[in-house]
Amino acid sequence: MRLQVTRRYRFAAAHRLHAAAFSEQENQALYGKCNNPSGHGHDYVLEVSVTGPVHEATGRLLSPAALDRLVAEEVLAAFDHRNLNAEVPEFSQAPPTTENLTQLIRRRLLERWAELGHEVRLAGIRLRETQRNTFEILERL
Amino acid sequence: MLITRRVEFSAAHVCRRPELTEEANRELYGPAANPHGHGHNFVVEVTLAGEPDRATGMVLDLKRLKEVLHREIVEPFDHRFLNAEVPPFDRVVPTAENLAIEIWRRVKPYFDGAVRLHAVRVYETDDFWAECFGEEA
Repeated sequence: MRLQVTRRYRFAAAHRLHAAAFSEQENQALYGKCNNPSGHGHDYVLEVSVTGPVHEATGRLLSPAALDRLVAEEVLAAFDHRNLNAEVPEFSQAPPTTENLTQLIRRRLLERWAELGHEVRLAGIRLRETQRNTFEILERL
Repeated sequence: MLITRRVEFSAAHVCRRPELTEEANRELYGPAANPHGHGHNFVVEVTLAGEPDRATGMVLDLKRLKEVLHREIVEPFDHRFLNAEVPPFDRVVPTAENLAIEIWRRVKPYFDGAVRLHAVRVYETDDFWAECFGEEA
């Protein structure tokens, strides 16, 4: 049986979409109101899905507390109630689009993934910027 | 094509193993180890895979799925203490993972032909759920 469990987290952050490669006018045309100079914010919703064997004795695939700790340290501490452009080094140059943020979260989680044990694999992460816009990276299993 | 139907049941459960100490159970399951039990409004989404029939335009009559889910999930699980009243949870820890596996086993025999069971998703809360995909994938 293939099992997958998903845990959902929330963080609030400010950002402004602006790409250094383009002029002011081009940025406005490209990003619209997301380019407003003072920035804006979202309540992001992050879903982390993991897969692996369910241990017969515990009935568990992973310890939710262990995943919570990893996400708290690598995602929430870095992004919650932060200004992504000003406080996240990766976004001093690259625009903090939710595509780029999803990729950064994936990298940060995978760097410490071994802490969850060798049997647990990342299945995918989904990041919701608003109710209408969701971004997702699925792992090849 | 995939089609999904959702059902809900409210039930109490305890996640603990009798052979472990109180401390070990708390470490493993957190507050869910409280021996007196606690409850959730569990939400179950059952997804079937199949092709729409040319004449009816339907993958299957959803009424049939509704009846199966009521008989196999809602009827036995709703307003019960899972550990005490719903086998195999007298000996299997009723985690979301094990609930998904048990519901898969109960529903699978009904949909093993042209329409197949694809996934069972059990939401313990809005923020935590387990999915079972059976032997495939």
